This record gives sequence, C-alpha cells and structure tokens, in this order.
Amino acid sequence: MSTPEAGAAAGATRPDPVYTPDAAFFWEGAARGELLGQRCADCQRLAHPPRPMCPFCHSLKREVVRLSGRGTVCSWTIPRHPAPLGFAEPPIVALIELAEGIRLVSNVVEVAQAEMRNGLSVQVLFAPTRGGRAVPVFRPVKA
Amino acid sequence: MAQHAAIVGIGQTEFSKASGRSELQLAAEASRAALADAGIDPADVDGMITFTLDPSDEIGLARCLGVKDLAYTTRIPGGGAASAATLHQAAAAVLGGAANVVLIWRAMNERSAYRFGQPMVPASGGVVNVAGNGTGSLLWCMPFGAQTPASWEALSSGHYMQTYGVTNRDLGHVSVAQRRHAATNPLAWFHGKPLTLEEHQQSRWIMEPVLRLFDCCQESDGGVALVVTSMARARDLKRRPARIVASAQSIPREVEVISNYYHADLTMMPEARGVAARLYSQSGLTPHDMQLAMLYDAFTPQVLKQLEGFGFCGRGEAKDFVKNGNIELGGSLPVNTNGGLIGEAYIHGMNNITEAVRQLRGTASNQVPHLTHALVSCGMAGAILSND
Repeated sequence: MSTPEAGAAAGATRPDPVYTPDAAFFWEGAARGELLGQRCADCQRLAHPPRPMCPFCHSLKREVVRLSGRGTVCSWTIPRHPAPLGFAEPPIVALIELAEGIRLVSNVVEVAQAEMRNGLSVQVLFAPTRGGRAVPVFRPVKA
Repeated sequence: MAQHAAIVGIGQTEFSKASGRSELQLAAEASRAALADAGIDPADVDGMITFTLDPSDEIGLARCLGVKDLAYTTRIPGGGAASAATLHQAAAAVLGGAANVVLIWRAMNERSAYRFGQPMVPASGGVVNVAGNGTGSLLWCMPFGAQTPASWEALSSGHYMQTYGVTNRDLGHVSVAQRRHAATNPLAWFHGKPLTLEEHQQSRWIMEPVLRLFDCCQESDGGVALVVTSMARARDLKRRPARIVASAQSIPREVEVISNYYHADLTMMPEARGVAARLYSQSGLTPHDMQLAMLYDAFTPQVLKQLEGFGFCGRGEAKDFVKNGNIELGGSLPVNTNGGLIGEAYIHGMNNITEAVRQLRGTASNQVPHLTHALVSCGMAGAILSND
C-alpha cells in the first residue's frame, strides 16, 4: 500500500476532504495511508458513511478498523463538462463496493478509459490533496 | 369520501435565464398570481411552505402580500425532493387544522445567480453545514471530482443502466419526447424547438458515458406558487379544484438525495417504490388509474427509474416503455406534458405540479383527453391529484 509522498503533495491540486467530527477518522487514516471503516464495538457490523450511532443495535461504542482495500467498481463516469475543480485532466470517478460490503465514491487511476467496466477488481492506494492531506483512490488489480 | 385537501390556485412568473429582478419579487409575483387564480385575498393566507433551499424569507413574502396573521410555516429539505412533498405537508396542515389557506412557493434566480450545475468545492478547513441538504454529496464526493448533481446522478444510475442494458441512446428517447411536448407549450423555454434523437446523440458529454447535455434539465430563473386549502372550501372557489387524493413522502433506509448509492439494491429507486406503496394504499388506486405522470426529471435516468418505481412498467422495462412511445401525447401514459424540467424550465420540480393542475382543469397546452387522475412525483415524495 502506498502512502502520500511529500514531494507529490507539494504539487497536488486535488480538493481536500471536509472533516466532520464523526468522519474525521476516515480522512486522518487516509492521510497515513490507511483505509479505515467504522465498526460497531457491540454488534461488530460496519457502517458507511460513518455515523455516531450503530443503525443496527444503536450502540454508541464504535471502533475504527482497517479495511482490505480490495473492491469492485459498481459504476463509473468521467466528468467532461464542466471541468471538475482541482483536476488537470478529468478523473475517472467511480462507486466502489469494498470486499467488506460497504460502498464509497472514489477514483480509478492507472487505467485506460477503454478498460473501465463495472465489476472491475480494484485495490486502494492514496492520492495527495492540495492542503497536504490524502484520499483513498483505486487502481485495477493486476491479473 | 375521505376528507381531502385540494390545489385551488396556481401561479408563476415567466421562465427565463435572467429574470432581472429579486428572488423575493419572483416569489411575490407568483404568489399573487396563484391567489388571484384561486380567488383568495392574499391577506387571508395563514400557512406558508417552501424548500429549505429557497432564498426568500417567509416574513419578507408575507409582508409583500399583506398577510394579516400567519399561523403556520415550514420548510422541506432535500433540494427538488421537496417539490411534491410541499403538497403532502400542505394537506397535512390543512386537514390537521394548523392552517386554512396554505401558500407554497419556490422562486429562484438559479441560472443568473448561482447555477446548480457548476462544480462546487467547500473551502478547505471550513465548517460545512449539511443539515437539510443530505450529507453524501459534499463530504464524500468533492475530493474525487464528483462535484455536480450530474456526476452524482451518473454514479447512482450506472449500475441500473448496466444491469438492464440501458444505453445513453435509450435515455435520448426521454429527452426527445419531452422536447416534443415543450415545443407546443408556449410557457416552455424550448417552445418551438423540438429535439431529434440524432441531435441528442450529438450533444456533448456531460458525464461520459452516461449523461449528455440533453439528458440534463435546464437551468432557469423563475417562480411558481400553489394554493392549498380544504375540499370543503375549494367547492366555494372559482376554479375547479385539483383534489389531493393521496400524498406521501418516503425516505427508505440509507437512501439520500441524488448522491444515492448506499442503499441495498442499486437497480431500482427505493424511495419511488416507497412513495408508490403509500399513494396506492391510501387511495385504493393503481398505476392503471393514472392518465398522466409528472415525474421529476433533473436527469433522464430518473424518469426511467420512477416509471418502474411507480409500477407503470416492470423493472428494467422502462427503456422500452419509453422507446415505444408510451410517455408521449397519445401514448398509454403521457409524461411531463409541459416538457418537464428538461423542456419547460427548472423551477425545482414545482412547474411539473402546475402542469398537472392545468391538465386536470382541462386548460393545458398539450391537453390529455379524459383525464381524471394524475401522479406527481419527485422520487422522495408524490401525490395523486384528481378532478373528480
């Protein structure tokens, strides 16, 4: 698993994530090169997006767990117009379903548009943002 | 017959790309028109409902209208998902006794002042207030370049489209049908300007390979207002009432507005199915009883998913239902006969409700014959309206 490189971050233009109290752990983990999820400390079930209460057992006890970083593409698109802010080239935006069963929006990198398809197997890596933080992105798993 | 509320007045400004006046003025003009249409003195309004996103203030608008004593106000979250929900909450207010004459308004200089279709990125380190506007889009999409409603729609529809083999060309049939309706509606921005499928296919990608330019609604300036009161009062007014036979909201587990991809089954729209179940249960009616559907059409895939969600066709069948002409005038279920948000104007869904009322009165430009029941839907809310 790669980690953000200081040199790359210096020239990064990608927008920073917005931190909120209940989701700060996710972005703090990403800044360290870790893909993290919220798990209920009582019933052990995952929830994403993060939230202060377990939707299954209503426990307030939650723990942060390291996720596999493996997943598949559920859907994808390339924003052609208007150009997204903070990107030199339009990125491939994708909805990723992680092996653990939760979904998140991210990018697929190191892939040609012609290779993109729903169901593509992907693996996490991390991309720097303009404020020196990082976000999880994905690349195809080499066969 | 159960006690019902009714829409007794509709009003609007012109729909444009630059209104040249304040949003409050647009709200006041549309409200004055709706109350005049109803034959109700503006002073007698005692309830007011709008969207959380509407920039005009209740008191500011009440001052314009000379409202003598406002008894009830509320605002509904969720962007355009508030549109049909205004009917549900107005009916609840009227039938529950909280208010007698509820004015609903939505007025905005969307195109000339801010443009929802432009990318937005929150300031680094800033505090973001997401209350009432959903959380997913701002927090979980922006750093990845998914910064517009079209991008969220493309992500939430991609799995549905792949599952049922829906192509962008299939989506084009929705635009073509609605632009045909707009072409013969003098209120529409695209009046006199029909669209061919080839023109749709030649329009530029907004979200490749999902949405082209003509899969997206317009950006518009304008205002729309509605007046809701009880059926008992409605019978004494000058217009034929549009009875609110049933109304409902539905926000199923893990559903959110447009950045809607955390719920279990991405091949359908759970909120539309939830609204449909409530509307049909309340009314005893079925999809076959509807002769018109006004479906929130910010983007063409939403029309397909609502057609399936409300049971007008089976799951995965909407692309063929549309291709076979069912949603056009003369088809089995005319849809968005004003041109919708794609063809008429984007007044956040409210202009699709006024069209349903015109149709039920028999005064629409593209009049559907023998009409008794119309569905209005914005996905997360809906109503069945009747003129009987």
